[in-house]
Amino acid sequence: MKHRTFFWFILPSALAMILFIALPVVSVFIQSLHVEHEQVLRTVENCGPFGCAEETIVDREATRELREARPLGRFAGFSNYLDRNHLAITEIRGMWERSDSIADFTRRAMTLPFWRALAFTLTFTFVVTPFVLVLGLAIALGVNSLPRIFRGPTIFVSLLPMIVTPLIGSLVLYWMVDSRGVLGAFLQTVTNDPTLSLRASPTLTWIMLIVYGVWSSAPFAFIVFYAGLQTVPEEPLEAAMIDGANRWQRIRYVVIPHLMPLAIFITLMQLMDNFRVFEPIVGFQAQASATSLSYNIFNYLRGDAAQFGAAATTSMLTILGVVVLLAPVLIRTWRDFNRKGH
Amino acid sequence: MAATQRRSPLLVTVSTALVLLWVVIASFPFLWTLWGSFKVQADFFSLSDWRNALRGTFTMAQTGSAFTGQGYHGAWVQEEFWRAAMNTLIVVVCVVVISLTFGTLGGYALARSGFRYTFWLLMIALVFRAMPHITLVSGYLLPFFQWNVWGHLPTAIIVLVAINQPFTLWMLHSFFLNIPKDLDESAMVDGCTRFQAFRHVIVPVMWPGVITTGLFSFLLAYNDFAVTAMLLSQQNQTMVPKIASFLGSTQVEGNVMFAVAAVVSATAPLFVLILFFQRQIVSGLTAGAVKG
Repeated sequence: MKHRTFFWFILPSALAMILFIALPVVSVFIQSLHVEHEQVLRTVENCGPFGCAEETIVDREATRELREARPLGRFAGFSNYLDRNHLAITEIRGMWERSDSIADFTRRAMTLPFWRALAFTLTFTFVVTPFVLVLGLAIALGVNSLPRIFRGPTIFVSLLPMIVTPLIGSLVLYWMVDSRGVLGAFLQTVTNDPTLSLRASPTLTWIMLIVYGVWSSAPFAFIVFYAGLQTVPEEPLEAAMIDGANRWQRIRYVVIPHLMPLAIFITLMQLMDNFRVFEPIVGFQAQASATSLSYNIFNYLRGDAAQFGAAATTSMLTILGVVVLLAPVLIRTWRDFNRKGH
Repeated sequence: MAATQRRSPLLVTVSTALVLLWVVIASFPFLWTLWGSFKVQADFFSLSDWRNALRGTFTMAQTGSAFTGQGYHGAWVQEEFWRAAMNTLIVVVCVVVISLTFGTLGGYALARSGFRYTFWLLMIALVFRAMPHITLVSGYLLPFFQWNVWGHLPTAIIVLVAINQPFTLWMLHSFFLNIPKDLDESAMVDGCTRFQAFRHVIVPVMWPGVITTGLFSFLLAYNDFAVTAMLLSQQNQTMVPKIASFLGSTQVEGNVMFAVAAVVSATAPLFVLILFFQRQIVSGLTAGAVKG
């Protein structure tokens, strides 16, 4: 295809991506270098029956004018990145010196919004992904050994948790595990603790969110693995059987190697999707015990006093995280591409 | 592979039990919520005994029958959920149509051009695909306020189209790779321009891929919370942010049932979608995987 023709074909799509993905990233970067204007203060003299006193008041009119004239705020350089709400270098150093053990340090560091969110986001990403892989493979192997007529309905039901709107999926689960819901009541009976509430304990909240993550993503792994199982070649399986391999060995040495590229694909998709975990925290109303990077951005942006600077800074750090996460894949693809001899 | 092997009964039992357990885990939450949406709050969120939700004790006492449509009435009529449903319909239809139009053109170009920049474009699209949507939203808000376009449906539509592009491009690119090159090239030998070849030769055969991609564009637009919650004004809200806003007003007894009813209402179209397009969804999920 000629460059010219290519250009015209790709133009609408490229324009949409440049205008609404690339430029917003630039806009986020610029915003991250600014902070909101401080309120304009004015000193007035109040004279009453007992003499005059000087008083400092907030000049609302001037503050509003200033904010309207320069909505970006004032330039702050990289100070947003270093402040308490983000990297918090000074605070971290102070905590390190003051704390007497690693556990103590961790406990203190978890009061810093950015590190707290990063800790949950990474835990969620790296716990959910392997569970999704294992559970998806187990279901796929199970369904594959079912009689054919049961497979369609099983796939139908399995697609529900994945397809459903994340916010809706998390609400549906949340209403069940709520202390007044059916699972909440069940857990209270099992543990014999009528005051048990998943929301009250940070650990249980984390577990609940991870369970939601696995529940909603396992179908994806299941479907991909199931499709892969349909294409496992017969011959190596038969050869393995003749050599006396039992079922487990056949799965271990023939089926799993065949599914390996699929596992890599699922891992990549899951890392990308789990890293932006956001809706479950809104749905489960878990912000007191768990926040994610995306949730922090959302939280800065909403309300009347939106902190655009803080939101933009967290966004930049999140994008940096995505690039780090994807770097191995990008490098690998780049090598493959070069090897193909372009 | 299945037919040739003999299995031990133990293995069959274990794997069937596992699948059954999974089916229950996957479907029970939805069935339970559907059931509960016809009860009153005192039953569905029972303080005393969870079995109230099954027996409908309070529903009987308050409404005189075991099932009630109060939640649905409250959500659709009183809280005007129909308005949100209309907005969702507009947003979803526009997003699907526009992103497929852009995506087929771009995906076709990427599949037919062998130059090095196509690789880079696809890699950039992959990075864009991985970016959390809310990070982009924080970049839109200030400019959109400035230009006075915040809050309108077209703004949300074009933003969702753009966010959708990386995925659409990847999907259609790999789909067009499977359509033989000879098809459009022979048309060009016969004197068609590239666009005519695309229009008359490729378009008639591309529908299976376009439908599959369209399903996923639909899901992205329908399921979105981050963009629609931040970029739409109160009266232009779509369903998902509307449901989220119900949650804020649950202090009043019974209002949480509005959210339950709205959740069930918003799940219904997805249910129908899987019913009719299960095959396409499955093939779409695996399409990316097979390509690696």
